[in-house]
Amino acid sequence: MNNDRKSWKSVLAKSRANDVDKFWTTIEDQPNFKFLRVPEIGAVMVRGRMGATGDAFNLGEMTITRCSVELATGEIGHGYVQGRDRKHSERAAILDALLQGSRSTEVDSKVITPLRELRLGRKDVKAKKAAATKVDFFTLARGEDE
Amino acid sequence: MYVAVKGGEKAIDNAHAWLAEDRRGDPSIDVLSVAQIREQLSFAVNRVMAEGSLYDPQLAALAIKQARGDLIEAIFLLRAYRTTLPRFGTSHPIETEKMSCIRRISATFKDAPGGQVLGPTFDYTHRLLDFKLAADGDIEEAELASKPLDEAVPHITNFLNAEGLIQQEPNTDTEPGDLTREPLELPANRALRLQSLARGDEGFVLGMAYSTQRGYARNHAFVGELRIGDVTVEMDIPELGFSIEIGEVEVTECETVNQFQGSKTEPPQFTRGYGLVLGQSERKSISMALVDRALRWKELGEDNLGAPAQDEEFVLYHCDNIQATGFLEHIKLPHYVDFQSELELIRKLRREAQSHLQTQEAAE
Repeated sequence: MNNDRKSWKSVLAKSRANDVDKFWTTIEDQPNFKFLRVPEIGAVMVRGRMGATGDAFNLGEMTITRCSVELATGEIGHGYVQGRDRKHSERAAILDALLQGSRSTEVDSKVITPLRELRLGRKDVKAKKAAATKVDFFTLARGEDE
Repeated sequence: MYVAVKGGEKAIDNAHAWLAEDRRGDPSIDVLSVAQIREQLSFAVNRVMAEGSLYDPQLAALAIKQARGDLIEAIFLLRAYRTTLPRFGTSHPIETEKMSCIRRISATFKDAPGGQVLGPTFDYTHRLLDFKLAADGDIEEAELASKPLDEAVPHITNFLNAEGLIQQEPNTDTEPGDLTREPLELPANRALRLQSLARGDEGFVLGMAYSTQRGYARNHAFVGELRIGDVTVEMDIPELGFSIEIGEVEVTECETVNQFQGSKTEPPQFTRGYGLVLGQSERKSISMALVDRALRWKELGEDNLGAPAQDEEFVLYHCDNIQATGFLEHIKLPHYVDFQSELELIRKLRREAQSHLQTQEAAE
């Protein structure tokens, strides 16, 4: 359960707000909910490691928006998303709650799966462009073996 | 005597209105959108995020627009905004080993596993002005390889580690200090030095790094590896009781491999410098790695050669362009009362000197 939840939360956090918006509108009967925490913009300190493997240090912050909701059916959802889009975090929280309830299959197929595919598609294009810039070395014959 | 001075409101209002008009420029030219800056001036956006110490391309682009392209002013705006944000927490250290690299090169190993991946680089361009850009030309899409680059590319320093030829980075789970929470005190540890350099002025850090190359505390650096790409950011969420991924940031990482003859305390081996910067900035990350290495002289048992790049007080107290510009530019603001007292002092000294002279002349 936690692994599934980690996975869909990751998709919701990293997706673009307008993509979440697009697939959100495909859900019929959008649920009634109340805010446990209204959308709130803040920062998270991002850490790195010295020499990539050593002790941690503080690199700099990133913006993040969070929100918590309770559905009329009782499920509680938390939305943590990158950036400063309040609607994005609100939708992430509602979707997180829906995914824990009886409508999880519908929400997964209408929102999470297409969002994940969109992201993977963009990543794949980038990785293929990078691969096209990989250097093929060839050594010129120097002639001393003749 | 203390004289309170008021006034100038009207002049200030008018000055700001003119600033806004000048920012817009010639109204017959299309207005520049924040999205255009974000997408098309991405290195400016990256610099503002790195030195503003806040990863948010949209805000950085807005700051650049507001500052009319003055990047230090834009960094100032972003830093000021940053202080208004509540801190929700601290991420796990990012795992650059798992970076989705768009660029990854090594100057030390030609056949490094994972390969030399150039990415979207200025290197090997001829630095000739491209007049086609002055006309609105369509661009061709970049070539796609049939297969994507490997998911995770191993770090080059691992290979030297395997032979035991390179100094190991200690991993002691020490909680790093945060100079946005407590003022920087000296001597600083490496965590604070790296945080300070990561947000330090690119020009200043570049100059310091260059000075080490020219012989002021030379440490002969090779770029063991330089990589740029996206890394996932993960954080513990108390209300969930587990950690989740909260986003993805693009970073530039540089690991230098430095010649080292050995010292009183360390055997001959390669030593390391480390640069990590938010966004794409390889000049800054290489510079950071060189300066990081120079500042490590004490822990490596090297001699203090008195070089500026070895002097942590000099480097860390002067690399922050917002502190520097704040103090520098404040001297143009009204100092009428300060100056009045200086004026009084000089007049008094001259009067005294004059009367001293007259008494002397009278005595002779």
